[in-house]
Amino acid sequence: MRVELRLAGYGGQGLITAAVILAEAAGLYMGREVVQTQSYGPEARGGSSKADVIISDSRINYPKARHLDVLLALTQEACDKYFQNLKEGGTLLIDETYVTVSPTPQAYVIPARKTVREVFGKDTFINTVALGALAELVEELDHQAVKKALSSRVPPKTLDDNLKAFELGVNLGRKAKDAPPLKPADADL
Amino acid sequence: MALTNRDILHKYLRHNKRFPHIWCPGCGIGIVLGACLRAIYDTGWSKDEVVFSSGIGCTGRAPVYVDFNTLHTAHGRALTFATGIKAANPKLKVVTMMGDGDAVGIGGNHFIHACRRNIDITAVIVNNMIYGMTGGQQSPTTPRGALASTARTGVVEQPFDIAELAVASGASFVARTTSYHVHQMEKLIYRALAHPGFSVVEIITAAPTCFGRRNKYSDAVEMVKEQKAMAIDVKKAEGMGFDERRSRIVTGVLMERDAPEWTRTYAEEVRGESPAGDSGNSPGETTPEETK
Amino acid sequence: MSGRPQRELLCQGNEAVVEGSLAAGVRFFGGYPITPSTEIAEILSVELPKVGGTFIQMEDEIAGIGSCLGASLSGAKSMTATSGPGFSLMQELIGFGCIAEIPMVIVNVMRYGPSTGLPTSPSQGDVMQARWGTHGDHPIIVLTAASVLEAFHMTVKAFNFSEKYRIPVILLLDEVVGHMREKVLLPADEEVQVVNRVKPEIPPDWYKPYEVTNTGVPPMASFGEGYRYHVTGLVHDEMGFPTQVKSEVTASTDRLFDKITRGFADICITDSYQTDDAELIVVAYGSVARSAREAVDQLREKGHKAGLFQITTLWPFPRTSLENTAKVARMMVVVEMNRGQIYREVWRVSRGRWTVHKVSGTDGEMIAPQMIVDAVKEYGQWR
Repeated sequence: MRVELRLAGYGGQGLITAAVILAEAAGLYMGREVVQTQSYGPEARGGSSKADVIISDSRINYPKARHLDVLLALTQEACDKYFQNLKEGGTLLIDETYVTVSPTPQAYVIPARKTVREVFGKDTFINTVALGALAELVEELDHQAVKKALSSRVPPKTLDDNLKAFELGVNLGRKAKDAPPLKPADADL
Repeated sequence: MALTNRDILHKYLRHNKRFPHIWCPGCGIGIVLGACLRAIYDTGWSKDEVVFSSGIGCTGRAPVYVDFNTLHTAHGRALTFATGIKAANPKLKVVTMMGDGDAVGIGGNHFIHACRRNIDITAVIVNNMIYGMTGGQQSPTTPRGALASTARTGVVEQPFDIAELAVASGASFVARTTSYHVHQMEKLIYRALAHPGFSVVEIITAAPTCFGRRNKYSDAVEMVKEQKAMAIDVKKAEGMGFDERRSRIVTGVLMERDAPEWTRTYAEEVRGESPAGDSGNSPGETTPEETK
Repeated sequence: MSGRPQRELLCQGNEAVVEGSLAAGVRFFGGYPITPSTEIAEILSVELPKVGGTFIQMEDEIAGIGSCLGASLSGAKSMTATSGPGFSLMQELIGFGCIAEIPMVIVNVMRYGPSTGLPTSPSQGDVMQARWGTHGDHPIIVLTAASVLEAFHMTVKAFNFSEKYRIPVILLLDEVVGHMREKVLLPADEEVQVVNRVKPEIPPDWYKPYEVTNTGVPPMASFGEGYRYHVTGLVHDEMGFPTQVKSEVTASTDRLFDKITRGFADICITDSYQTDDAELIVVAYGSVARSAREAVDQLREKGHKAGLFQITTLWPFPRTSLENTAKVARMMVVVEMNRGQIYREVWRVSRGRWTVHKVSGTDGEMIAPQMIVDAVKEYGQWR
């Protein structure tokens, strides 16, 4: 078993934190080998941000993701740039606001930003919603493990909201899974 | 019973160090070192708890002659070592002797930050206004128009006023005197040592070989006489304009204030230790009045 | 720092350096923030005060290493962390630490250079700077690490070597290892072997701070312990006093080298993988060793007799281990994120016994296994 995930978007979306939580879930709560790396630009906010997680049953040598099983893209640019690294049949998860043009009808589309604005009134916890959706969509991920890692990593003050956002993400993931493939027209929203 | 000057020198100079020292006849560094030793004697500190450190240059050679924990660092870096020594063991009494080039040339950044940090170190700065050890190149304190081996037609820049720089940078005790005013020098160094915070004593000295000869002084005595003539007490200098102040040597205590000292503040605010009863740098039983 | 149990955690390389330093007994950090090493300073600013230690952010990297050398003279195990530009600023005082024989650890998380370069991208461009950056003849110990767990253990080793041999030790990480997170099982503190500097046991009057001893390493008193002695960057005699006497100058410098030469077998750490029958040996260190290991696996799958020689102690260069490993090797490929710094060492050691090629990754990206496999095919005359 070897799963390569990439979380890509812009700085400030919390993608590196989300990747750390996934890595901790897989490593500490699912007993897997795990490596997490990232690359980022000089900006603390804005600029591109990319975080990789490799989960495996065996020793992981090269730590960077090459053949992605999972790509979460939270900007159009990230989606366009890394889609080519996604394996055939791999899981592409995008947000309907940030990514308006899907490169494939097979993409899972969730309204993460729209939902957090409705529920929390601001653009926060998008990364946690995405984590919930990933936990639902990626069969190698265990919900409870991700939740445990999430609980141990976020500030205690925000724990309730984070858990709420996680469940929202799980539901959005489930809906996206059940939704029919995008029509070519939908894929070019 | 106070010791004589000679007793004090014998107490503190290293008997196993090969003398003579490296300084030229007429140089002021030895006068300053002697005053340091007498002031340290007055504090009552034991030799084992004193760290005597320096950088590079003529002044940088001072520590090797004295019987303390002594440290001769790289050019300009004395205060960085001193900061680590003091921060890691606040019980040590750290004295740093630097020249003008060492303190405010190559080490200028460390100097202003040590002032800002207000860590309990005493900086004794021997300002002879020249790079002596390398043969008389201009320093950051060489006066405008003075001749130096790298300023053959006269220095075209304005000099630093070291004491004013220290005040502006946040040092909590700043004083200045000249190598003529030996008694005042000793008292000021004592007060600097006793002060809990970063303390600076600038001493204007003569470098007859490297500054004097090129600038047409007949000898060291003439240079020291000029220091005497130029000196003006800080109280008398009040109200003087900038240019007039700069044309004199303003002596005395330019700054003395209570300010949070770094090692104490770190211990209390960062480590959460209870406030220490005794100051890290307080002298022993003696006071200047008792010993003089 | 007793009492921390064995623990499994997801840990970044820079965090592992902090964990290792605490296990080794660090009590002082002086430094200046710089990407990609900053996490080390940030975390130690929190952790050091908890163990009675001191963290101080200095005005620049020169002050950072200066404060560490001073703190070490006060008896505190000291560390600073930086990256290329800051490492360049530290060079003069690294030499001071060598000649005055002051233990401390310098971590350089290498980024792409020269100059500001690519601040967030990995490189291994400081290998030669670590060896020869400070002026004058001097020995140096430089360690590296290929994983988060190794970063922990090599930090402990760095402290131990610095204390044992009284020398600044440099830990050269690259950005990949510094920022990568892995699951690690860190040993309990009491399981970690910690070496402390030898202190004088003789009366202060008898103490010669730079005496020739049978280990080559003189005992070191801390300031304030009653052994009042002189520390200088000038060449000095046994008493620490400056000297220009030829015999004393030679003796002083010879001893600096001698103590490291004697420790060679102890200091040189390497690892071999699949090298027993290897005709081709891939030489790598730091994060690149991971790619090299995978490349070796791929080459083996295709039937090639390939092996990996992983260097952990870069300096002194582990010449003997390399020679012993290369029993049947006919070709070596040195893979590094620079244009061939260790390549030259391997070539120097080869003396015609094997051909030496290089794979250089100098685009700010970590070298991928495929690049190594492709290069080996290109150099294919080994088969």
